[in-house]
Amino acid sequence: MPIVRSLRVIGKRTVNGVWRMGNATRFFMLTLLYSGLSFRRFQLVRKEMFYSGVMSLIIIIVAGMFVGMVLGLQGYETLKRYGSESALGTLVALSLVRELGPVLAALLFASRAGSAMTAEIGLMKATEQIAAMDMMAVNPISRLIAPRFWSGVISMPLLAALFTVTGVFGGYVVGVVVIGVDEGSFWSQMQSAVDFQHDVMNGVIKSFVFGVAVTVIALYEGFDAPPTAEGVSGATTRTVVQSSLAILLLDFILTAFMFRGD
Amino acid sequence: MERTTLDLWVGAFVVAGIAALLVLALKVGNLSTYNMSETYQLQAYFTNVGGLKPTASVRSAGVLVGRVTEIKLDTERYEARVTMSVDKRYQFPRDTFANIQTAGLLGENYIGLLPGGDSEMLKNGEAFKKTQPAMILEDLIAKFIYSTSEKSK
Repeated sequence: MPIVRSLRVIGKRTVNGVWRMGNATRFFMLTLLYSGLSFRRFQLVRKEMFYSGVMSLIIIIVAGMFVGMVLGLQGYETLKRYGSESALGTLVALSLVRELGPVLAALLFASRAGSAMTAEIGLMKATEQIAAMDMMAVNPISRLIAPRFWSGVISMPLLAALFTVTGVFGGYVVGVVVIGVDEGSFWSQMQSAVDFQHDVMNGVIKSFVFGVAVTVIALYEGFDAPPTAEGVSGATTRTVVQSSLAILLLDFILTAFMFRGD
Repeated sequence: MERTTLDLWVGAFVVAGIAALLVLALKVGNLSTYNMSETYQLQAYFTNVGGLKPTASVRSAGVLVGRVTEIKLDTERYEARVTMSVDKRYQFPRDTFANIQTAGLLGENYIGLLPGGDSEMLKNGEAFKKTQPAMILEDLIAKFIYSTSEKSK
């Protein structure tokens, strides 16, 4: 019976999904519980910040620059129709600060650093390094997982802020330097529209939440990966897919809470 | 604890990130114009605030003197009560005229203060006596159409 079989597959997938969800939550709680070592020996976190944060800088800055330039160009073309080119600064800054900065930086971070985390942890598991650690009474969560988690959580808001700033600069280059929008109105309209608490701080909160989501998904997928070459590659793919979806879903929820009714 | 080049890079990354946040706060956002030295609170009642929002500017003769902090509906008078914090350096006479103005034809609303000639100054927590509500463009157009159709009859 194909109907019964497909129903069975759906049911199995649903149960499996819920099971993994609970497992990931428990994993997240354990990570928080065993975070003490990360702060007592902060060089562990710092080392991971080099790989997840510093190494992501180039892609973040280049991508931010181009996104800002495109925003400047497209925004100018649209605003020109209504004769309000002077609002270009507002358009570029608000869209970057509220949405594009945190979301695009998190998507880039998920594919650049999150996939690397999954592959690293998955390979450690496949080569039984994690089991060896357990044997030597070293808690792998506090020694391997928690430093990576905190490095991601600290790096993500900084990367998002850098993305936003380079984006605004890119918009400035295209809008003011190349096209010739008035520089004074570009900055003053931007400043009067962007509120520090309402826009900038909410953007930082968003990127912090995305940082937690991306690193938890990446680390859980790595920790949970079947210890085979195939398993690690599948886990890496799942990390990128799931964290991208999680970022967009969380972004919608956070936006609905933060920017509604004004 | 030994220092490594890795630490230098991480340090540079953190400094760059914090600098970016500062740029966002000061250059992109309005934090630089937000905190004024010392402020006092003034209130004004309007029959219609139009598109006025908290953090809108309060200007006198075009100069920024304060910010709107709160807009609430006063249920005793059924008017909008606008609270604003005004820089302590600027004092205004009791008969100052507060009206809601618009920057440009479709720009954002702000409160304009037109000082009167009273020798006594408004104190913290006091309210403006004379106010003028926001100019609603649609109402003006409706009035205009109404009056022209009356004339043509």
